[in-house]
Amino acid sequence: MAAHNLKHALFCAIITLIIAYPILGFNLVASGTNIILEGATTQTVISVLLAAVVVFLFQLFRDNIMALLGKAPALNPLANRQPMEQSRRLKLESTILTLIIIGALIWPFFVSRGSVDLATLVLIYIMLALGLNVVVGLAGLLDLGYVAFYAVGAYTFALLSQYYGVSFWFALPIGALLAATFGLVLGFPVLRLRGDYLAIVTLGFGEIIRILLNNMTSLTGGPNGIGGIPDPTLFGMEFGRRVKEEGNTSFHETFGIAYSSEHKIIFLYLIALVLAVITALVIRRLMRMPVGRAWEALREDEIAARSLGLSRTSVKLSAFTIGAFFAGFAGTVFASKQGFISPESFVFLESAIVLAIVVLGGMGSQLGVILAAIAVTILPELAREFSEYRMLIFGAAMVLMMVWRPQGLMPMRRIHIELEKQE
Amino acid sequence: MLEVQNLSMRFGGLLAVDQVSLDVQEHEIVSIIGPNGAGKTTVFNCMSGFYKPTGGKILFEGNEVQGKPDFRISRLGMVRTFQHVRLFNRMTVVENLLVAQHRHLNTNLISGLLKTPGYRERERKSLDRASYWLDRVGLLDLANRDAGNLAYGQQRRLEIARCMVTEPKLLMLDEPAAGLNPAETRDLNLLIVSLKEDYNVSVVLIEHDMSLVMDISDRINVINQGRPLASGTPDEIRHNDDVIKAYLGEA
Ligand SMILES: Nc1ncnc2c1ncn2[C@@H]1O[C@H](COP(=O)(O)OP(=O)(O)O)[C@@H](O)[C@H]1O
Ligand SMILES: [Mg+2]
Repeated sequence: MAAHNLKHALFCAIITLIIAYPILGFNLVASGTNIILEGATTQTVISVLLAAVVVFLFQLFRDNIMALLGKAPALNPLANRQPMEQSRRLKLESTILTLIIIGALIWPFFVSRGSVDLATLVLIYIMLALGLNVVVGLAGLLDLGYVAFYAVGAYTFALLSQYYGVSFWFALPIGALLAATFGLVLGFPVLRLRGDYLAIVTLGFGEIIRILLNNMTSLTGGPNGIGGIPDPTLFGMEFGRRVKEEGNTSFHETFGIAYSSEHKIIFLYLIALVLAVITALVIRRLMRMPVGRAWEALREDEIAARSLGLSRTSVKLSAFTIGAFFAGFAGTVFASKQGFISPESFVFLESAIVLAIVVLGGMGSQLGVILAAIAVTILPELAREFSEYRMLIFGAAMVLMMVWRPQGLMPMRRIHIELEKQE
Repeated sequence: MLEVQNLSMRFGGLLAVDQVSLDVQEHEIVSIIGPNGAGKTTVFNCMSGFYKPTGGKILFEGNEVQGKPDFRISRLGMVRTFQHVRLFNRMTVVENLLVAQHRHLNTNLISGLLKTPGYRERERKSLDRASYWLDRVGLLDLANRDAGNLAYGQQRRLEIARCMVTEPKLLMLDEPAAGLNPAETRDLNLLIVSLKEDYNVSVVLIEHDMSLVMDISDRINVINQGRPLASGTPDEIRHNDDVIKAYLGEA
């Protein structure tokens, strides 16, 4: 046992050296017109050696460390709690959600512009994560190309407004429906794939959409993106200083208040809030509908579900389509918020972030997803100095979660239908 | 209503089912017996669409169904249970029965989101049907428990109830009495007979419990090592020399 550990630890340390030394230890330096290879500074060499020693020690005492980590839930006050009764839990959950929503409604009037803007972004991520949660958490499909549907929503609005002058409110349902159509069309052939294969195909699809957007220069402007995407209006009232569209009035003149650029930001925030709440409510309802039960049944025991007449393809396809729909929703809001979009905004990293939110939140649980969205979006902003290490922290957090709390911050407990006792 | 003609199923070099034929008339309980590994479950798997048979025909109400997808066969009214119980363990007992009624429910998303009267009506009806069958198999008091927490015998009964809410014409039961105590087996006996008598369901039964088989079967098919050995009424089977030698004798 010990000998085995020692061998394994030595092996890992050597691998660390083999990987780290060439990457960090050699630098290409431009000197005049030539490029020369330079050895590393002593400091880097020492760091690499140190890293190898750390890996060696960790692997050597791996069992002990993991056992310690396993005990960690004892530190978590919520871990060993008895599960609450469903009716009480529901009440508590709706109270918390209502309080959060009320707070979220009042809050923007007292804080800075930057915070409200950031909060809008959080809300967009919440929408995305709630939508992806349907696909990954509820239907059990690993979709790594979710950002494609987000892009479809955003580009639908951008293009419609550029070519046809369509307003936000018209583009919102169109963007969502178009994204859903993409989901349906893509999902149909690929949903017969399982697990890893599905993940790879969806990953590819996400990249294809991005590359298409990049290359269809005449339509999408390619890497230059599309700008001048209009802000939403409130019953025909614009939020700019001057009215751009004929027939519209301006918000500050109608109400006889001084113009402030904050109005627009707060308005967008409120729209995002309302849409996020609608998303959450709709998905909550879906979970209690036959389709929600079918998702869970197929995840629990596919063979039994099929033997009862459930078609795997159509049930999974419904989840895929609904998830895409909400991504389209979020995309439209995003385009409106930024006023400018380019393929840069829809890289794989976005899919990864949304997926991280879903996994951290506890697959299938809405409150967990909301908290995770807040954490994942805001923490990097708070710790700007660490932004270089963002991905590293992300990765470390995911690994720790998998070891310590694989069920997520707040594991899902679905709302069950109760059969009332007939007396 | 069901006719299986010369069914064969080959797994690589193994001919698990070899030219098996059987038929089930309406209002009949037909049993399949045979030693372990004889190929009984494989016959079910072919009939229910889990396997595509390598030879032969399966006619259900005159239509060929062999090779059709399993969920379509189930929707035609041929529904099965499993040798090893397969419930949705983390769903409640009543939810297990609601899932089974999926295709009877209004699955239109919009009407569900808006809770239209039509949607509520169907949801209520499916709950009623679920509680009826729970009552019928004596599980009504446990309706809101997780299915995975039921005792073994209760799980078996729930699986049968879950088939029945789909309103099948033909029910295929794979060793329903396995693991049951004598009292539970007696109840099962009464239940299966009542499914035939009161609900007009035909039953195909795979079972090792000979007293149960002899008691309720209208006809019995014996298979051995994938091949049909004998078929006939319980009395004929009881006195068939081949069967006694190959199967009953060893017990
Ligand atoms: N999917 C499969 N692949 C390969 N062999 C199988 C498969 N399913 C069943 N078999 C084989 O077919 C034979 C019959 O099995 P089965 O139908 O389960 O018997 P029974 O239900 O009568 O006990 C066994 O030898 C079994 O190993
Ligand atoms: Mg068997």
